[in-house]
Amino acid sequence: MIELKKVTKKFDTGKAVLTAVDQVDLSIADGEIFGIIGYSGAGKSTLIRLLNGLEKPTSGTVEINGQEITSIKGGELRKARQKVSMIFQHFNLLWSRTVKENIEFPLEIAGVGKAQRGKRVQELIELVGLTGRENAYPSELSGGQKQRVGIARALANDPEVLLCDEATSALDPETTDAILDLLVDINKRLGLTIVLITHEMHVIRKICHRVAVMEGGRVVELGDVLNIFQSPKEEITKRFVAQVTDSGDSQETIKNLRELYPTGELVKLVFVGDQTEQPILTKLIRSHSVEVNIVQGNISHTQRGAYGTLILQLKGSPNEIEEALAFLRIEDVQAEVMHND
Amino acid sequence: MIDTLFPNVDWDNMWEATIETLYMTALSTLFTFIIGLALGILLFLTAPKQLWANKVVNWLTGAFVNIFRSIPFIILIILLIPFTLFLMGSIRGPNAALPALIIGSAPFYARMVLIALKEIDKGVIEAARSMGATTGTIIWKVLLPESKPALISGITVTAIALVGYTAMAGIIGAGGLGTLAFLDGFQRSREDVTLMATILILIIVFVIQYIGDLATTKADKR
Repeated sequence: MIELKKVTKKFDTGKAVLTAVDQVDLSIADGEIFGIIGYSGAGKSTLIRLLNGLEKPTSGTVEINGQEITSIKGGELRKARQKVSMIFQHFNLLWSRTVKENIEFPLEIAGVGKAQRGKRVQELIELVGLTGRENAYPSELSGGQKQRVGIARALANDPEVLLCDEATSALDPETTDAILDLLVDINKRLGLTIVLITHEMHVIRKICHRVAVMEGGRVVELGDVLNIFQSPKEEITKRFVAQVTDSGDSQETIKNLRELYPTGELVKLVFVGDQTEQPILTKLIRSHSVEVNIVQGNISHTQRGAYGTLILQLKGSPNEIEEALAFLRIEDVQAEVMHND
Repeated sequence: MIDTLFPNVDWDNMWEATIETLYMTALSTLFTFIIGLALGILLFLTAPKQLWANKVVNWLTGAFVNIFRSIPFIILIILLIPFTLFLMGSIRGPNAALPALIIGSAPFYARMVLIALKEIDKGVIEAARSMGATTGTIIWKVLLPESKPALISGITVTAIALVGYTAMAGIIGAGGLGTLAFLDGFQRSREDVTLMATILILIIVFVIQYIGDLATTKADKR
């Protein structure tokens, strides 16, 4: 669907040349929700703007659905942009137009007739859940409602790709989740490919299938969201993962827990994917004589299944504990005794 | 009662002069709006990083605007006499005042248009581009509607300045309340005529301001 080959974008600021995007290769599949995460200045804003030709790469090519965005211009590029639409952090609605008229705008650009525009706008308003607010002005809407208008506007011309530029960064956590749910819903219903950039791992965890981590203009890590959560390799990725799962890994926490639970063994279980659905603890308690005490837990749900850690205190004879651990390994759960050293 | 307060006022003359002032103000405001808007948009779009970024055009337009904005109006009228003669065939009467009025105020309005356009959120223009809008669509459907309140309040200020300019143009015989106040009132020492002309000018200014404020408020949906 989307192919980036050796894409580099340099900005000449007059004094120095800044490399915003550095030799990026990416391949995004049809119908995928692909996340790009990075801190500000990592080049993700520039990267997403290369996908609809708002920025031209210094070198390399961007191809969408077989069409090379980097080599077309004028009317052809404008036509292509109708199929690669975008939503924004600050919504970028026209304050001078009502909700209805804002959603109508891209249809006017595409030259759709008036009667048909009215019909399409009504469908979109229903799709994003804004029925009854058709004639309100943006100034009368909440942030979440504004982003719904932005989404409806972006979907007006039946795009193949939806680009989200920090689409939830200006929203409160609850509204963020509602908007993310809407995006997943759209992805499933319309089969739309979604590319989003964010600095919040929460967004990646909640809706993305795959994620690319950007730092200094480069993609430093790329993979399935679940795998990235399970075993982040780069330091920066670990920091992002820690944003949403404080897995209790640091020595300090272990020491702390040891002081609180001085007896028995502390065991860390790592669940990935389907195992979280299995009643493993129930089985353990029923079939073994160890005493099980839940000390700390954290399960995260991603689009590709759940990921989480659970710290247990197991009390019993060394033999009993060893048997319990063996049982867990047979059930395919990563279990590791936390040593205090 | 009014006749005792204003013994020297010839009401027919006064009415005719008022109509002339309104005529000059209305026509010059209309052309100032069109030309100023065009110049302002050109200044905006040719600036660095904008859609038509072009150093030469931007510099030339900027220079034109700055020069004509800086020449005192009374001097501009005199400088433009040959041009007016060529264009209008006469340098007397309300029509002859129009070239100077328009050339004097269009650059002034162009600056206000530029300020109004700069106030527009860049993100909105980017959004329109991302939807595949042409520059024409961006001008008509984004730039103008999104800056409407500032454009209206700007043309209100300009129209009021133009009322003042028409009075100045009156000194060189353009007609209107300025000529009346100067020739009939000042030169013949009839203070009541000058006072009446002033009152009428003030009423015109207040009415323009009132309409302008009303229109600005109505246009602003922010």
